[in-house]
Amino acid sequence: MENKIDQLVTEIKYTAKDFSSDIDVKWCPGCGDYSVLAQVQRTSPDFGELKENIVWVSGIGCSSRFPYYMSTYGFHSIHGRAAAVATGVKLANKKLQVWVATGDGDMLSIGGNHFIHACRKNVDLKILLFNNRIYGLTKGQYSPTSEKGKVTKSSPYGTVDFPFNAIKLADGAGATFIARSMDRDPKHMQEMITRAAKHKGLAFIEIYQNCPIFNDGAYFHLTEKETKPENVLVLEHGKPLVFGANKNKGIKLDGINPVIIDFNDGKHSINDCRVHDEFDDNPTRGFILARLSDLPGFPTPIGIFRQFTKPTYDGDYMKQIEHIKAEKGEGTYKKLMFSTSTWEVN
Amino acid sequence: MAKQIQIVEDVTVRFAGDSGDGMQLTGSQFTDTTAILGTDVGTLPDFPAEIRAPAGSLGGVSGFQIHFSSNDIQTPGDSPDVLVAMNPAALKVNVKDLKPNATIILNTNSFDVKNLKLANYAVSPLEDGSLSGYNVIPVELAKLTVTALDGLALSPKEKDKCKNFFALGLMYWMYNRPIEITLKWLETKFKKKPEILEANQRALKAGYYYGETTEIFTTRYDVKPAKLPKGVYRNVSGNEAVALGFVAASLRSGIPIFLGSYPITPASEILQELSKYKDFGVVTFQAEDEISGIASAIGAAFAGSLALTTTSGPGLSLKTEAIGLAVMTELPIVIVDVQRGGPSTGLPTKTEQADLFQAMYGRHGEAPVVVIAAKSPVDCFYSAMEAAKIAVEFMTPVILLTDGYLAFGSEPMNIPKFEDLPKINVEYRKDPEGFQPYLRNENLVRPWAIPGTPGLEHRIGGLEKKDVYGSISYDADNHEIMVNNRQAKIEKVQTVIPELEIEGDKSGELLILSWGSTYGAIKEGIKKANAKGFKSSHIHIKHINPFSKNLGEILKNFNKVLIPEMNKGQMATIIRSTFLIDVVQFNKVKGQPFKVAEIENKIIEVLGGNNGK
Repeated sequence: MENKIDQLVTEIKYTAKDFSSDIDVKWCPGCGDYSVLAQVQRTSPDFGELKENIVWVSGIGCSSRFPYYMSTYGFHSIHGRAAAVATGVKLANKKLQVWVATGDGDMLSIGGNHFIHACRKNVDLKILLFNNRIYGLTKGQYSPTSEKGKVTKSSPYGTVDFPFNAIKLADGAGATFIARSMDRDPKHMQEMITRAAKHKGLAFIEIYQNCPIFNDGAYFHLTEKETKPENVLVLEHGKPLVFGANKNKGIKLDGINPVIIDFNDGKHSINDCRVHDEFDDNPTRGFILARLSDLPGFPTPIGIFRQFTKPTYDGDYMKQIEHIKAEKGEGTYKKLMFSTSTWEVN
Repeated sequence: MAKQIQIVEDVTVRFAGDSGDGMQLTGSQFTDTTAILGTDVGTLPDFPAEIRAPAGSLGGVSGFQIHFSSNDIQTPGDSPDVLVAMNPAALKVNVKDLKPNATIILNTNSFDVKNLKLANYAVSPLEDGSLSGYNVIPVELAKLTVTALDGLALSPKEKDKCKNFFALGLMYWMYNRPIEITLKWLETKFKKKPEILEANQRALKAGYYYGETTEIFTTRYDVKPAKLPKGVYRNVSGNEAVALGFVAASLRSGIPIFLGSYPITPASEILQELSKYKDFGVVTFQAEDEISGIASAIGAAFAGSLALTTTSGPGLSLKTEAIGLAVMTELPIVIVDVQRGGPSTGLPTKTEQADLFQAMYGRHGEAPVVVIAAKSPVDCFYSAMEAAKIAVEFMTPVILLTDGYLAFGSEPMNIPKFEDLPKINVEYRKDPEGFQPYLRNENLVRPWAIPGTPGLEHRIGGLEKKDVYGSISYDADNHEIMVNNRQAKIEKVQTVIPELEIEGDKSGELLILSWGSTYGAIKEGIKKANAKGFKSSHIHIKHINPFSKNLGEILKNFNKVLIPEMNKGQMATIIRSTFLIDVVQFNKVKGQPFKVAEIENKIIEVLGGNNGK
């Protein structure tokens, strides 16, 4: 079946344009969402899926307008409920490839419960979290990923709450593909999206996305060429954890503690670095990497933190149905109504 | 000594004990056996929200009432003829409901100082003469049970737990019912626990033979089969019937079921029941919360499932925003609200009809949905089917109202033939030619175009839609057109629902208007008042939004309209505002259904009979 679809997809030869709807895109000029849209449209032909089998589901917020700009099936639902709606779509028809476009407020605040449970169940969904660390559509209140102390319209004296680390949350909740990318690194984002598309199970990509109106420059230290090399650690499977403008720094694990090492200090070399294993069975090291962005002085990782396979909720559910059908035979009206004590009145 | 058998027409028995005493099980076994004999049956379980309240306490009393008759009956009976009380608390809670001269069978082993104190009895009611108006039969139920189980390798506690089967056996003897059906049921139930099987079977037989041999019982009774329409029957509870109705709708339409649901009393049994039907391809998604229950169902509706969500009042509140989304996206979904006493957590295991306003109006914006209400456990089957039919044929959310009384109550169902069930006409849109997501047919219904269909890729959502095209539109005139379209579509449903039929004269002094689960008590109450010369007519409303076409005409032909309902007058308010007439309210909010006598007395009062005063 899958081979047949692959063959059809190859024959059709989609281009990025085939995935663009005819609606004017209405995000603010300079918004990072444009980049996500462009990378999704560019990579969609490589998803190996027929266009009619792709569904984009979203909640509410700037990012949740996403489905309207795709020419696939799309559902712009209500605030926070995208993961739940998407779960229903997938369970109703397992052959659909279901994507979720969501934001930090939509998925981590009002929709937090649906998010963790979709992760826990490993529903075969691909979730793109557009994280701009602010509420944009409601014009500038702090979000669950805003850094502590942030001054916004609803926190004029600075926030007192601690932010979520979305990677830790997704991994802790049971997602089976956990990655991060950035709006200003299109090639990297394309790779993450393409690989998420191929993953069976809940794939989660946090995308650092700039809001030029209400939180401009939130990630410039990570995305701009002067500061990026010192502040970003690119995770690549099988490669040592190296960063820095001259590729002269690395991350070593001292037990469970990450340590920054300098290859020029005469004591360390690249061989001391932890070699990234994105298929690591043990979640501990992935979690250590997820913490780096919270630790002062440490670089922020992008790439795939961890991916592994386990049975999907939808897959096992359908298997159970097939199993019961094979065991009991297909349900009939007679079986439905008469498989209990009955009596006849003449 | 041969004991005489006296034939009676109509009996109501209530089993009562601690919530751990197995009273619900005892009651349902008695029901099954009685129904299989062809007697008409109506049942009413009544239990506390606590699973195991402190043993012997008044708050922990659990009851199960069975009304059985050789006539066609509609209710579980007003007042029991027989009470089986397993402890003093069960006696205390239930004795006030009994008929004068009723029989009370007491488990005297539990009438000790501790249990009497827990039930707030200063003196044992067995000794103070307070039960002199009743036919009290003291039985050492617990002791006799343990004696019967002598030699079995069970703990004293396990043996004590079998006493409900001793009581059941005794009642089988008293009402001339065979014990074989329950013996067989026990075999299936305890296949893997032979000791427990043996114990329960022995207890059942011991109870039966105790009636046969002991001198205390001089008379036994028999209730002959009722003259019911021909057919093959089974027993159904309301919750069970809802589940069966949906599966039947799925078979009839060829559309697979998706249920998104979160457990809640008294609706959980629908989720449990539907989760059994995997061989019918039924998908039951036990969601992380009520909102996910409906949101997942809406996603499944988009993808082409017969989408359902089941809940009770608090859950309906949580689903409110999502129902609005289903209205806006015009997707078919059935929301079952098994009403319970509210507001807030309220009375989870008790019945009420107070969610009517919420079902009708509980959404922001102009968000009309179809609302229908079931009238009896069996009608839950047909109502579920009809709700599913309207939802998919009109691409709309439908709220089906039942309540705790229907959910747990049971009655025999004449199993309909498959080909006699209503047809469900629905097809997914396949043809891309001329397709627009919000292009409407003659009933104003938009096409159901599901993902996976080539050429029909489109986007929907909660933002206002452009008429016909379905794209986002903030245009002022368009919004008004769409609001009107959504309203007009619901009104079109009126063309497919039947007209109301009056029971009784077509005009006169008094019309009784009922809706939902009060049907049975009201019907019997009208009959009784009528027999005393107080005549009234009856209409029962199943379709609440929209109403049947002829409701307004019917109302005009009566001087007075009486609306009994288990709320503070919600249907009365809707009738007044819709038809600009006044009505007489009769409201009960005690978490208990109407009694036949209450309806009868009210009718007599409204018709000037002064209720015999």
